[in-house]
Amino acid sequence: MKRVILGLLLFAVAGSARLEAHAFLKRAEPAVGSTVQTSPGEIRIWFSEKIKSASSTIQVFDASGKEVDKRDIHSDRSNPALLRISLPPLKSGTYRVVWRVVSADRHVTKGSFTFRVTH
Amino acid sequence: MVVVAACLAACFFMPQSIRAHGFAGSRFFPATLVTDDPFVSDELSLPTVSSIVTPEEGGTRETEIAVDIAKRITPNFGVELGESVINLRPPNESSQSGFGNLELAAKYEFFESDEHETILSAGAEVEIGGTGNKRVDADSFSTWAPVLFFGKGFGDLPNAISFLRPFAVTGQVGVVIPTSASSRTVKLDEATGERDIDIERHPDVLAWGFALEYSVIYLQEQVKNIGLHPPFDRLIPLVEFAFETPLNRGEEGLTTGTINPGVIWSGKYFQVGAEAMIPINSRTGNDVGFIAQLHFYLDDLFPHSLGRPLFAGKK
Repeated sequence: MKRVILGLLLFAVAGSARLEAHAFLKRAEPAVGSTVQTSPGEIRIWFSEKIKSASSTIQVFDASGKEVDKRDIHSDRSNPALLRISLPPLKSGTYRVVWRVVSADRHVTKGSFTFRVTH
Repeated sequence: MVVVAACLAACFFMPQSIRAHGFAGSRFFPATLVTDDPFVSDELSLPTVSSIVTPEEGGTRETEIAVDIAKRITPNFGVELGESVINLRPPNESSQSGFGNLELAAKYEFFESDEHETILSAGAEVEIGGTGNKRVDADSFSTWAPVLFFGKGFGDLPNAISFLRPFAVTGQVGVVIPTSASSRTVKLDEATGERDIDIERHPDVLAWGFALEYSVIYLQEQVKNIGLHPPFDRLIPLVEFAFETPLNRGEEGLTTGTINPGVIWSGKYFQVGAEAMIPINSRTGNDVGFIAQLHFYLDDLFPHSLGRPLFAGKK
């Protein structure tokens, strides 16, 4: 039993260099639930896995539910786990970021968070 | 035959987006240790180790090492197989070890709301009598149980109480029905030569329980990044409540169970969890026990083979 457990653990840990898994949000700019003093030029989200940007979406909505992003989602050239989308100048208010991403192994994860702009 | 082979090949190699263990919308539910979660998934619990002193024979320590594997047949339907090695150590007697009965289960996920982070499943569980060892009290009769499973995340709470959104509850309710209403044990009294006949009655039992959990993962991803770093950003503190209430045959209402506070750490390919097991009354026990589990996400470890449903759909 011990050998089986150790074997599985070693496999899971050693295999992590080549395997993919569900993509979780690691961090975002603006940060999840944060308040910023100036309008951010873009939303950047770092995920725990490489993302298929062509199959993934990020949308940014204002308090009335109107989409305000520039619909130009793209992955970062140097980091396939980073997705970016541009924003126009934002007025003061609360904005919701809604994301849905497909990781390299085709697992889908999604989520949303808000940030606030106060000029 | 060719058609079957082609279908199987398509299931394994067809490129499509897939959903898997423990997700309803943006909510990730971990696999709980005592109560079964509502998800149909490809997962392996190896091992689950528990130990608690039961009231049997004045206080018997029961230690169990269990393995459970679950496999999706379709995205919404899966089967499970469980086996355990049990050690019983009565006071002032030598300990006994042996296998418990083989357990089989099937589960069908019939409702999921991503928006409300809600999931409902129905299933059936069977413990096959006589497949374990009598010396560790494995029953000679089988039991079967229809079970309803549920899960609900509170991500749809209003902004004013957004710090409660990481809460979620999962649970199950079912009735365990024995295939034999009673069993007779005949013992020969060597001193008198008389036979003692002991009749043990087996009631139907309502098995119910739930887990209340607070996900730090959800807090940092969806509500507010409070700056926690690994490994603390992957913690899910929880309390599990697991009860059994006999329904008939002279034992009505004699509920037993435990309340289990603990924590789960969820990584990319596996999770580990540990809980204390606090008996709710003296019928359950008088000492605090423990349960710990190493649990693998087979759908993440083997996304293109073992971790996929045998017959994939569009989910």
